[in-house]
Amino acid sequence: MTFMKSLLGASAMALAAGAALAEPAIIFDLGGKFDKSFNEAAFNGATKWATETGGTFKELEMQSEAQREQALRRMAESGANPVVMTGFAFGDVLNTVAPDFPDTKFAIIDMVVDQPNVKSVVFTEHEGSYLVGMMAGLASKTGTVGFIGGMDIPLIRRFGCGYAQGVMAANPAAKVVLNMTGTTPAAWNDPVKGAELAKGQKAQGADVIYAAAGGTGVGVLQAAADEGILSIGVDSNQNGMHPGQVLTSMLKRVDVAVYNAFMEGVDLKPGINVLDLKADGVGYAMDDNNAALVTPEMKAAVDAAAEKIKSGELVVHDYMSDNTCPAATF
Amino acid sequence: MDYATLLQLLDSTLRLATPLLLACLAGLFSERSGIFDIGLEGKMLAAAMASGAVAFLTGSVWLGLLAGIGASLIFAAIHGIASITFRGNQLISGVALNFLASGLTVLIAQAMFGQGGRTPPLEGAARFNPITLPFAESVQGVPILGPLYYEVISGHSILVYAAIALVPISWWVLNRVGLRFAAVAITGILCGLAGAYMATALQAGFGREMTAGRGYIALAALIFAKWRPVPALWACLLFGFFQALALRPDVVEAVVRVKVPVPFLDALPYILTVIVLAGFIGKAIPPRAGGEPYVKER
Repeated sequence: MTFMKSLLGASAMALAAGAALAEPAIIFDLGGKFDKSFNEAAFNGATKWATETGGTFKELEMQSEAQREQALRRMAESGANPVVMTGFAFGDVLNTVAPDFPDTKFAIIDMVVDQPNVKSVVFTEHEGSYLVGMMAGLASKTGTVGFIGGMDIPLIRRFGCGYAQGVMAANPAAKVVLNMTGTTPAAWNDPVKGAELAKGQKAQGADVIYAAAGGTGVGVLQAAADEGILSIGVDSNQNGMHPGQVLTSMLKRVDVAVYNAFMEGVDLKPGINVLDLKADGVGYAMDDNNAALVTPEMKAAVDAAAEKIKSGELVVHDYMSDNTCPAATF
Repeated sequence: MDYATLLQLLDSTLRLATPLLLACLAGLFSERSGIFDIGLEGKMLAAAMASGAVAFLTGSVWLGLLAGIGASLIFAAIHGIASITFRGNQLISGVALNFLASGLTVLIAQAMFGQGGRTPPLEGAARFNPITLPFAESVQGVPILGPLYYEVISGHSILVYAAIALVPISWWVLNRVGLRFAAVAITGILCGLAGAYMATALQAGFGREMTAGRGYIALAALIFAKWRPVPALWACLLFGFFQALALRPDVVEAVVRVKVPVPFLDALPYILTVIVLAGFIGKAIPPRAGGEPYVKER
């Protein structure tokens, strides 16, 4: 529906202003536009751009794995520029499609694609996860905390590894229980399994659970709230989903990445763009919903660690640099 | 593996086996009356969406449950008309209904709530909350049996107990009711219960494709149980146990002392079903009239 509307809008604008004004476009990955997490953050960034500039953008939600290349080509052929896509899974497809549209600029989030017309935006999730891991370690009363990932890929292990390091930094005796939801993209959207995993982790003693699992996280946060333990959201600020029961959220500013790409428009600068803690690309969320859960001491400890990471004094090990993790085994 | 871990696994087993059991009994009625029903999955999905939406709008889980059963009954009626009245191919009708449910649920939920095909989260009375059985707290101290009663048997939503009570009822009804339309309607009601359980008890709302193939696992359990109600209970509990095990790879590793890949645990129910179908453990003979359109003799 919205896609049709924006298509109609596009043709109307093309009639009025000629071909000079290209619309930006965004393609959402399988978790869906309203996953309350990764894709929703991207959508929020695009919406922010639209309200600030008064512009319109095209959007497309993927429904199945098979649509990937078709979706990308369709967007590029429709004249959209730049075309932004969310998710590592677009990497291979973009590598083959980008050379076919040399005049179109592409931006991909969470993956590096080496093409002259592609901007690759990556985040240092291990740094943000380290901070929420510290908070989990400080908030846990049982000394056991949990991590539930979505699809078992190196990127998600990077979240888990950073988290485990943070937990250990706050409480060296702590135990971290790690689970992955699955090995296929369906693992991004299986809240029932997420909830059951959370209950299993609680049975193992975990009283704080960090979900880095897209739409599956909705089930994790729900189960944690049902069981009366704390959870940690991811990507978007999920503190408000269960006020007073979500300890914090690991913010990954996908919205900023999309907003910036749309702002640059057709002049999008190709290359790799790393959004780290220093650039406010990652962080943790504080608001009214979790103010009572985070003590001033916890906040001070986490902020101190954040300063050390920014200054380079503290280096959080990146799982993807060598596929090993000093603090956890996957 | 200690006793507490075992109890946690069994607790998880019961939760996960309930939708399987309801769907399996649904398939049992349909297939014993001669109507193959591939569409269990679709009916569950439709029921999950309807119950999630209505429970949210009215704030009453019971109205949600009714809506779920209603939605599932509509699907069952279409299947019945296609395969009984018009003597169509039952497999094709079932598959078509699955596709219809997969798309329609997301479309309707998106049109109603605009949250990407998800229904808004349910709270309080809009959900089936766990109920504590009588004496659960007081017998907790009794060794072995006390924790078993408290952890595993008590503390589930009412639909879990309903599902188990339905096993003897199914056995009784099967020996008396023979009409195909009645059987298809019962199938609809049971799938409705299964879907409502998923959206209002196990989870707090409907999500896209949330049944995740449970309708097919239920069909496998039905074959495994050789189309009989009491074995169906054991088959579903066994499959539920495998699902619970797949969530705890650490326990499996501790018991068998070898790292077992999680996908293998996920696949176990299917592997077992194939073994049964191949005739290694007894013989699974489907109901004789299955799939045959029935014409009344005069």
